Amino acid sequence: MSAATDPFDEMRDPAGAVRPAYAGYSQWYDEQERDWLKRKDREAEAVFRRTGITFNVYSEEAAEERLIPFDMVPRIVSAAEWRKLTKGIEQRVRALNAFIHDLYHRQEIIRAGRVPERLLRDNAAWLPDMVGFTPPGGVYTHIVGIDLVRTGPNDFFVLEDNARTPSGVSYMLENRETMMAMFPELFTRVGVETVSDYPRKLARSLAACAPPKCKGKPTVAVLTPGIYNSAYYEHAFLADQMGAELVEAPDLRVIDGRVAMRTTGGYEPVDVLYRRVDDEYLDPLSFNPDSMLGVPGIMDVYRSGGITIANAPGTGIADDKAIYSFMPDIVEFYTGEKPLLPNVETHRCADPETLKYVLDNLAELVVKEVHGSGGYGMLVGPTSSRREIADFRRKLVANPDNYIAQPTLALSTCPVFTRKGLAPRHVDLRPFVLVSPEGVEITPGGLTRVALKKGSLVVNSSQGGGTKDTWVLKD
Amino acid sequence: MLGRTANGLFWMFRYLERAENTARLLDAGLRMALTRDIISAEEEWRSVIQASGQGNAYRAKHGTFTGIQVWNHILRDRDNPGSVLEMMRNVRTNARLVRNAISGELWSVVNESWMQIDDALSRPVGQGAVGGVIAMIRRAGTLAHGAMVNSMLRDAGYNFANAGTFVERADNTARILDMKYYLLLPSLSYVGSSLDSGQWDQVLRSVSGDRAYRWLNAGQADPRGIVEFLVMDERFPRSLAFSHMMLRANLKALARIHKTEAESSRLIEQSSTMLGDLTIEKVFDEGLHEFLTRFMRSNAEIARAIADDYRFLR
Repeated sequence: MSAATDPFDEMRDPAGAVRPAYAGYSQWYDEQERDWLKRKDREAEAVFRRTGITFNVYSEEAAEERLIPFDMVPRIVSAAEWRKLTKGIEQRVRALNAFIHDLYHRQEIIRAGRVPERLLRDNAAWLPDMVGFTPPGGVYTHIVGIDLVRTGPNDFFVLEDNARTPSGVSYMLENRETMMAMFPELFTRVGVETVSDYPRKLARSLAACAPPKCKGKPTVAVLTPGIYNSAYYEHAFLADQMGAELVEAPDLRVIDGRVAMRTTGGYEPVDVLYRRVDDEYLDPLSFNPDSMLGVPGIMDVYRSGGITIANAPGTGIADDKAIYSFMPDIVEFYTGEKPLLPNVETHRCADPETLKYVLDNLAELVVKEVHGSGGYGMLVGPTSSRREIADFRRKLVANPDNYIAQPTLALSTCPVFTRKGLAPRHVDLRPFVLVSPEGVEITPGGLTRVALKKGSLVVNSSQGGGTKDTWVLKD
Repeated sequence: MLGRTANGLFWMFRYLERAENTARLLDAGLRMALTRDIISAEEEWRSVIQASGQGNAYRAKHGTFTGIQVWNHILRDRDNPGSVLEMMRNVRTNARLVRNAISGELWSVVNESWMQIDDALSRPVGQGAVGGVIAMIRRAGTLAHGAMVNSMLRDAGYNFANAGTFVERADNTARILDMKYYLLLPSLSYVGSSLDSGQWDQVLRSVSGDRAYRWLNAGQADPRGIVEFLVMDERFPRSLAFSHMMLRANLKALARIHKTEAESSRLIEQSSTMLGDLTIEKVFDEGLHEFLTRFMRSNAEIARAIADDYRFLR
């Protein structure tokens, strides 16, 4: 499949008729005055700026706060589609947790020859500290973001598993708030599943993973690197919505075998730490000794059952794009079922035969760094210049193990609002999943990212993409 | 509540108070300068710079005291870390830091005010715009206090925010009074003789007390009365007595919440007893400047003790 094929339009079929999921919205849209819609479009940006829904970018001058562009046309998923998706997501998330547990224990999947051992050896996210240790409740990925793309009516693919620290959930929630404030009458006409109870579910899900030493009602805190972190808004937002403390590492220290936060009345133990900092900054005693961040000794407390860290340290091994290519095997190995959600076909450049194929077809492929994220360090063949392809070829030949390649998918499009009316743009979707011993919960919706440039396939906010509200219709 | 959060609330409101007081001071200077000839207008602006505590930094850059230079220095000079722009940036940074301890209303008021002020101060402020900018800064304070009173939970955070407000306000009023005294009335015992009533009017204006004072004193301005009003009158919300009465109430609440008798509680009780026993004669016997210096020192000690008592620092 190539980008030249007509992409799947989620709102209209090839004959131009509105698909059933969009019927209610489309009717409403046609009734609105064009000038009024334009005014609303400008209003949306003002709402975001006023509320301070920003992310930070690091420029040479100082940390600067920016808005992620918001598009006011919702992306709509039918109830039936969503049911199918959630089954696939749940299966995948259960497999991910079983897989990580296995890697840090008996490594049966390696012994069975289904995943090569070198993938672990070469994995920067592997944490020897976690070997033989089971986190409270047996949960590794408490909060997961599964990135999905769509190419046809029944063709959803998993593009990426974010098992480490998926972000963006605050945009899912604020996009909905903004839509409800701007178009209240729309919501009374079209039945949309609510997303606003996510923080409450998150708080409950985290509390259900309290450590053995927790006495009484668990105290949950969100650990942020601080106000200059790109996702600080989200950290503060989630803490606020959960009624939890927002802590930085210097607020914490180990006292009497517990991790405690410095309050105005003295030190008080924390039971569950929803951390939004990377593993290597968690504990200078266990990991990076030069780091001034982190809580010395927190890993010892963790291993002795004094605190729950969410997501568990060492979970990032599952985010590796080389591991991703084995996910169909992984799902089957741990669930005994065929995967309900397929992967995007992935070529591992580490294999010489495959490398040759990839080099011969660079102009048609998307090539990604195994450990890369945020749209950096990747090549999108069909939209790159000959020069860019040649530069990338050199990097690829020098270090083939570091890359995977995928066909350029004809990502589905959703309409966005432009000055000339609705226009199709490519989208992806990140649903948010919560895992606790009580079960797996998937919030109906997620974050839809949209490429705002015509024809562009890159939806990352760091590359100029925007977001949309995502509706799951009620039955 | 985290010590760091308490610290953020305390300083958010200190900076807000300081920015608002600076705007009041500029407002008074502006008003006085408009009613003066050029020479005495220069004196007014010099005293505004002095009272704002930015004399040295200003003199290092400028040789003259024209209004436009003075207000641009105080409002937005990039080399001036004590500019209103920087104070408001600190207000907003602290508000972000304590985002989950303040109400949504308070956050959006602060964020919106910051956006307006940042925009208004992104270019030099001319004669025609300065009045509007000053009003905008004062309104930011009023809106934030209104949002706080109407929407914030009455827990420790509210008391820390108020403690920051009233520590700063007490300091600012004392500093303005001291500066004016020092500059203009070297010997206060000769009350009323060669008094420039315009200068005293400016003192009242810089703490927005002119109207209240006139109301209470049937339009008569007398320096003794003005000092009494600004030091001891518990009815006036910017007086030393009022500020410490409020500080005392908030520190009492904090001590109750934390079940401690902290050092800051002891110090504020001392200050309250001192202010309660005070008469205007005692102030003048000690010397106004000496009295104010002593007050400012004890006020600063209370602020330090609050930080210690409630673990503000790492």
